[in-house]
Amino acid sequence: MQTPAPVDYAKATSVAHAIELLQQLGDEARPIAGGHSLLPMMKLRLAAPEALVDLNDIPELQGVRIEGDHIVVGAMTKHRDILESAILHEHYPIFREAEHVIADPIVRNRGTIGGSACQADPAADLSAVGSALRGTAVIQGPGGTREVPLREFHDGPYMTVLEPTEVLVALKYPIRPGAGSAYEKVERRHGDWGVATAGVFVVVRDGVVADCGIGNAAVGAEHYCSPGAEDALIGQPATEESFAAAAKVAGEQCNPSADQRGPVDYKRHLTTELTLRALRRAAAASQGA
Amino acid sequence: MQVTVTVNGQEVTRDVEPRTLLVHFIRDDLLMRGTHWGCDTSNCGACTVWVDDEPVKSCTYLAVQADGKSITTVEGLEKNGELDPIQKGFMECHGLQCGYCTPGMMMVGRALLDKNPHPSEAEIREGISGNICRCTGYKNIVASIQWAAEHPVSTEASEVTA
Amino acid sequence: MTAVEDTPSVPLSPAGNPIGFGRMPRKEDVRFLRGQGNYVDDLNLPGMLHGAVLRSPFAHARINSIDTSAAEALPGVKAVITGETLAGLGLAWMPTLSYDTQAVLATDKVRFQGQEVAFVIAESRYIARDALELIDVDYDPLPVVYDAKKALDADAPVIRDDKEGKTDNHIYDWEAGDKDKTEAAFAAADVVVTEDILYPRVHPAPMETCGSVAHMDPVTGKLTLWTTTQAPHAHRTVYALVAGLPEQKIQVISPDIGGGFGNKVPIYPGYVLSIVGSIVTGKPVKWMEDRSENLMSTGFARDYHMKASIASTKDGKILAVKVDVLADHGAFNGTAQPTKYPAGFFHIFTGSYDYPAAYCNVKAVYTNKAPGGVAYACSFRITEAAYVIERIVDCLAAELKMDPAELRLKNLLKPEQFPYTTPTGWEYDSGDYEKTMRVAMEMAGYEELRKEQAEKRARGEYMGIGISFFTEGVGAGPRKHMDILGLGMADGCDLRVHPTGKAQVRLSVQTQGQGHETTFAQIVAHELGIPPEDIEVIHGDTDNTPFGLGTYGSRSTPVSGAAAALVARKVRDKARLIAAAALECAPDDLEWELGRWYVKGDPSRGRTIQEIAMDAHGPLELPDGVEGHLDAQVVYNPPNLTYPYGCYICVVDVDPGTGQVKVRRFIAVDDCGPRINPTIVEGQVHGGLADGVGMALMELIAFDEEGNNLGGSFMDYLLPTSMECPDWELGETVTPSPHHPIGAKGVGESATVGSPAAVVNAVIDAISPFGVRHADMPLTPANVWRAIQGSPVRTDIAVS
Repeated sequence: MQTPAPVDYAKATSVAHAIELLQQLGDEARPIAGGHSLLPMMKLRLAAPEALVDLNDIPELQGVRIEGDHIVVGAMTKHRDILESAILHEHYPIFREAEHVIADPIVRNRGTIGGSACQADPAADLSAVGSALRGTAVIQGPGGTREVPLREFHDGPYMTVLEPTEVLVALKYPIRPGAGSAYEKVERRHGDWGVATAGVFVVVRDGVVADCGIGNAAVGAEHYCSPGAEDALIGQPATEESFAAAAKVAGEQCNPSADQRGPVDYKRHLTTELTLRALRRAAAASQGA
Repeated sequence: MQVTVTVNGQEVTRDVEPRTLLVHFIRDDLLMRGTHWGCDTSNCGACTVWVDDEPVKSCTYLAVQADGKSITTVEGLEKNGELDPIQKGFMECHGLQCGYCTPGMMMVGRALLDKNPHPSEAEIREGISGNICRCTGYKNIVASIQWAAEHPVSTEASEVTA
Repeated sequence: MTAVEDTPSVPLSPAGNPIGFGRMPRKEDVRFLRGQGNYVDDLNLPGMLHGAVLRSPFAHARINSIDTSAAEALPGVKAVITGETLAGLGLAWMPTLSYDTQAVLATDKVRFQGQEVAFVIAESRYIARDALELIDVDYDPLPVVYDAKKALDADAPVIRDDKEGKTDNHIYDWEAGDKDKTEAAFAAADVVVTEDILYPRVHPAPMETCGSVAHMDPVTGKLTLWTTTQAPHAHRTVYALVAGLPEQKIQVISPDIGGGFGNKVPIYPGYVLSIVGSIVTGKPVKWMEDRSENLMSTGFARDYHMKASIASTKDGKILAVKVDVLADHGAFNGTAQPTKYPAGFFHIFTGSYDYPAAYCNVKAVYTNKAPGGVAYACSFRITEAAYVIERIVDCLAAELKMDPAELRLKNLLKPEQFPYTTPTGWEYDSGDYEKTMRVAMEMAGYEELRKEQAEKRARGEYMGIGISFFTEGVGAGPRKHMDILGLGMADGCDLRVHPTGKAQVRLSVQTQGQGHETTFAQIVAHELGIPPEDIEVIHGDTDNTPFGLGTYGSRSTPVSGAAAALVARKVRDKARLIAAAALECAPDDLEWELGRWYVKGDPSRGRTIQEIAMDAHGPLELPDGVEGHLDAQVVYNPPNLTYPYGCYICVVDVDPGTGQVKVRRFIAVDDCGPRINPTIVEGQVHGGLADGVGMALMELIAFDEEGNNLGGSFMDYLLPTSMECPDWELGETVTPSPHHPIGAKGVGESATVGSPAAVVNAVIDAISPFGVRHADMPLTPANVWRAIQGSPVRTDIAVS
């Protein structure tokens, strides 16, 4: 079996403690959340941090709550808790739909929303969801707390705007009364990363799309979203034609690369197809269907 | 680094390197060989154990992370010489062949029933979807978990052992 | 649905088990359920060291130098072995099971990504792996043969320049059947259909990877090797031949094995390295692969590029079939199969149909890929054979616009044609094919499914129904036709009945999950009337079992099962002589009932097998020529293969917008003769059906232009989960083999052989309205969508 290289380890008991540990341990220290990306990379010796700062036992990073007109999800909230969250499901069924197709139940017992965001895998489902919902990352560092829109949080594949001594503490999503949301994903096998995915919310008022957010993972969409498709849809009648036109833009504007999951033409097609399917369902939900 | 964990009800303390994977801690330090491993990438579930009653893949978990927690392995299923219903179910329904994925499957199956005593076939299939079996094609594993659901430990027996 | 019926009227033992055939819980389960199995990695010997293999990152590269000094300096490292070390011992190369050679550790160059380059021995597995990072290898990358179709190009780099005079990548050409007769039949046919059909490279991927613990006792010179092998005796002999170790001082122990599926038939460099490591250090050395090593370096399966043609009359009577094969064997010809058959039993590709002419040509080539080829429950390449015939028959049905069930029924062999000699020379033992097919069609509700399909198509929904009818030949030998490296495929079996009437039966075959400890106890119980719980099955230890060739090719029940039945009959015959002495009558006056010899006409006078066992060990005066004790041994040399068969029907739903396939139903009707333990047989079938779904839809090892293995972990090599597998629906018919003592035919690989074609046929059937006649496995969503667009992807190389 593969084994990690030698590493130091410290368990943080609070966010402040975690930041302090990261400062002490230096640039080669890394926070560890669920570890389901980091540990396999360490076993493959593709990652060799000198020290790990464990965030798993920090109570303040856990849980889903409502603060004003936002839903706030602690960065160390586990996939399973997101899947089971009544709050998230009430406002955004997209979370449960996405969680059902993320990895498997045992991995979901351990993997976290913040870990997923910080890993910044181009196929991360929750990153597409977060971008679609125009959420915000709450980041804490030695100098205090800052907020970054999720559409600016990722600097590219496997890169984020986090400084080495900063910790992602929460993700915030604006509550949008009347919004419908949906997640669509095609994978080669249950539990696999997506070939393409689409996560959307739609607010339909008087038969017109008043607001929407369109996220796509695994297809090279910058910041996991398709603003072009959103622009094409907002203000349009909530019809099949409008959805198809917007979905077509999502397929055209993403930037997939060929790999064993599929060739580029297929991934573009799939982005369009899944975006269309998600828009249909989200719009229907918004209209109370 | 010192780690103290409660394994199948017994507290143990060992000195380990921080990089030690929980599966190796269980197998090589505690010499409990019932927990297996089948991949390195947390895809197969052969290494599934419970940490504080939640199934986790012990190949993707550091032993030091379990400090202060309780661990349950396949060796902890049998109580007072009596097999757990999940073990009986696997025997009754031929839910195992080579036996390699079996401990992980039973740990997941037992945890599933603890949360949801009467799961549907679809819920069982979803529940074991992170555990790969190369021998059984899953049908008899599903049946084994269903059997265990239909034959829970009787309350009377629990009281006697309590 | 047709239920699988229990064997009627078998008496039960005090423990409630059938004294003979029937369902009973497995004896081996009691330890597995408690986590008390004993797999190779569970071994922990005093002073044991751990080995790790450094592997090549390149598919083809010259090695300029290897610097191990930093690794050797790492605290805890005991030794670092390179090809140079081995060359000094004459062990740098070893023979493969196909009379080729394979590098144990590379000396001149590396020939596939993942090839063994150096071996570290250290105090712990963690330190051993740390040391791998400290070994500095200077490589000069060479051009790579990643595409089998280009292996014989004039400008292709020569991979095996270690072989003197080798100027190309050709391994062999092999043919079977009558070429002229086949061509004549094609020339006269109304209809000819040709299709390029790839069976891509897949991997058995047992849940337990390969590994070994070697202990060479420096004092006694005895080597004990605990290892993941399906063939412990054959391995012992090969180690003796390779390493020059005295065979009487080699003990190969195959403890509990976490699945084999053919992956654990060959001898891998790692096993040899653990032995060398133990010799060098004087300590036991454990080597266990990680998952990537398993997928990237050990025996893959298939990789057959087939061009199949079928000829028929316009009303669908098949006249002839021919197949040209380009076989990708990787960098070393390491296939495991009988010497006479370099393409295994591929020439059984004529299938289950009655036609006079067939021909195949197989051209094998080296590529810069891992060696292997015969593995993954393939019954010596019958997987490829069954797939190609069942796929091309469906293509013919499409061409003729004929229902594929009707086409098959029209051409299936008839019961009265058995024993039947195929156009390529196999002698099928027995069968009633139409009956089996009718059972499957009835279980499936075939006519209703076709109606449903028509209705759905009218509404733009795409469901597909796929049929596969396969015939396998399993249970190799006979030894005169079948050997591996000169070792004939016959199996020994010893049976001892102890004084109290409890027995031990010793087998040469080795279970990897098939339930031998139960099945073989039941065979002996059936013959002797001793309860199965009183019969201990001993296997997997060369010091304690008779010689035999091992468990693969579904041969355990056909060969060792026959041996177990015959050794029990031999004991029964001896028991008769002893009973006659005890009862003071002539042996001919005795009659047998289960578990007892009694006097004809006076059933109250008799001796049970348990009483006879005590007599055999007691003071009873035995007749002349009868030795004491109640035991016997046999070597069973099968007169022919057995030929299990089956009809599988798969129902799928395809989403044309995404290309996703959902396997909705799978009906499998197998005829493997009498079922010793129906529960175990069903379990074997279930597992093989999952393999079929896996191979048809997701399992794949492809390579990119640099020869990188694109299926080197379980994130990339996808195995089916509980979500992709439907609730299998099984049925059976029973046609005994006339030449097997209990009529059993073997079933371990039937479903793996028969199911892929059913799934693929179903998917192609679903998308046939788009004009699709064929697309290669695996039918991933991308591939299905591309097929619908008219441009299916080539699956053996990287998607571009």
